[in-house]
Amino acid sequence: MTATALLLTLVFVFIPIMLSKTLGLQLEKDTIVAAVRSTVQLLLVGFVLKFVFDSESYLFIFLMVALMIAAAVQNARKKGQQIRGITWKLAVTFIFLEVLTQGILLGFAIVPATAQYIISLTGMVIGNSMVLAILFLNRFIAEVETHRPESELILSLGGTPKQAIHRQLIRSIQASMIPTIESQKTIGLVQLPGMMSGQIIAGADPLEAVQFQLLVVFLLLTTAALTSVCLGLLSYPALFNERMQMIQKERLSD
Amino acid sequence: MNGELHTSIYEPAIHLQRVSFETANMKIIDEVTGSFPKQQITVLVGPSGAGKTTLLKMCNGLLNPTGGEIYLDGKPIKEMVPTELRRRAGMVLQQTPMIEGTVYDNLALTLRLQGKELHQEKACEILDQVGLEHHYLQHDSDSLSGGQRQKVSIARTLLNKSDILLLDEITSALDPSSLHEVEELIRSLHEIHGITVVWITHNLEQAKRMGHYVWIMMNGKVKETGEISVLDHSENPEVQSFLRGDF
Repeated sequence: MTATALLLTLVFVFIPIMLSKTLGLQLEKDTIVAAVRSTVQLLLVGFVLKFVFDSESYLFIFLMVALMIAAAVQNARKKGQQIRGITWKLAVTFIFLEVLTQGILLGFAIVPATAQYIISLTGMVIGNSMVLAILFLNRFIAEVETHRPESELILSLGGTPKQAIHRQLIRSIQASMIPTIESQKTIGLVQLPGMMSGQIIAGADPLEAVQFQLLVVFLLLTTAALTSVCLGLLSYPALFNERMQMIQKERLSD
Repeated sequence: MNGELHTSIYEPAIHLQRVSFETANMKIIDEVTGSFPKQQITVLVGPSGAGKTTLLKMCNGLLNPTGGEIYLDGKPIKEMVPTELRRRAGMVLQQTPMIEGTVYDNLALTLRLQGKELHQEKACEILDQVGLEHHYLQHDSDSLSGGQRQKVSIARTLLNKSDILLLDEITSALDPSSLHEVEELIRSLHEIHGITVVWITHNLEQAKRMGHYVWIMMNGKVKETGEISVLDHSENPEVQSFLRGDF
């Protein structure tokens, strides 16, 4: 893509700004901030990735992955501040997911152990996991509050915290997984995945692009399931104290 | 006096020793001392916000006292496993929450929590005990009337074979006929099985009909305790004012 062509893509930023101004949506500032931030962030990432790919150093790959996980934790933790120790719970979830998925991908030599593959796939796994974690936390906190009398009933009958929160946990896991499963049902029919489209535009054989996209699709199914289950199992004990009592809302945080 | 219940002829089922409960903002229970006598019905009365529900939840182990000690049969409840305590001192909650599903699902819940199954005969037996016909087992819990919900709630708690029943305003939303049925049920459970009952009620007539003993609570303190006749002969001006309906 030429510099002129890149500049011309700003038309796609100009259109929503004009619409926002005309309709009084008051989203001009946010649109400009989003455009500037994505430009700066992506250019920066482009330079960093070029440096890491060229260096072929595992230390730099590790640092890059660590940075991605830290950024994902930082972003997702805002949604779960009522849950004690949410930061380390998110970190454990993302690290577990990364180790498991990369372990399978590299261990069975499904992809080569190069920065190009490790970092790209980590980006997809952790990025999706972060969105899943936010969806899960939003739903879980709402479920816990809505169904507090039900949980209290189970505790009052001699149930354990796990039994008291079981239904809410299952509903939250289901709710956070459904968007991933549903979107994958229509993949290729309604939307062409960004990565696959990118590869095709870059000149790759569409069938090869599809094969790689399938790997990503299956990877994201695991991501969806493991993120919710892992985060759920780590989070629910924080809602109770050592006497198996539900901690009141204002006392959930650290 | 601050809640010293003179029931020396009866062994206490639950004894509270200088029990307090406070949150960051306020003191809900203020150094309450007293006993709920074994195999007797004690009614807890007092204006809203007096701390009655909090007191009952502490006896069931759903809340921890922030001060003092609660004993069940002479043993501090903080030394008991919470699940065991809650099965022994069963609580029927005011809102009568139901889990999704049928009456059978709600009854089976109690045993399922212990990894056991509720057999049909046992389910029918417990329905007989609370005065509900067997066909209700298949009814959706959402379709029950207030009185039926209360009966299912009580039956659910009874399946734990609790020897103490903690009842939190279980008849407040019932029509006179259902109210009478629930009262009869509690009376028979008490008389036949010798269950200790601690019953929060706003209905002073009900308190007089059902209670052997009474605790009158206000602002987190026990203002007066004793035999139920205290409700007719209290000399405490605050209690008299409450009984006249000034609160």
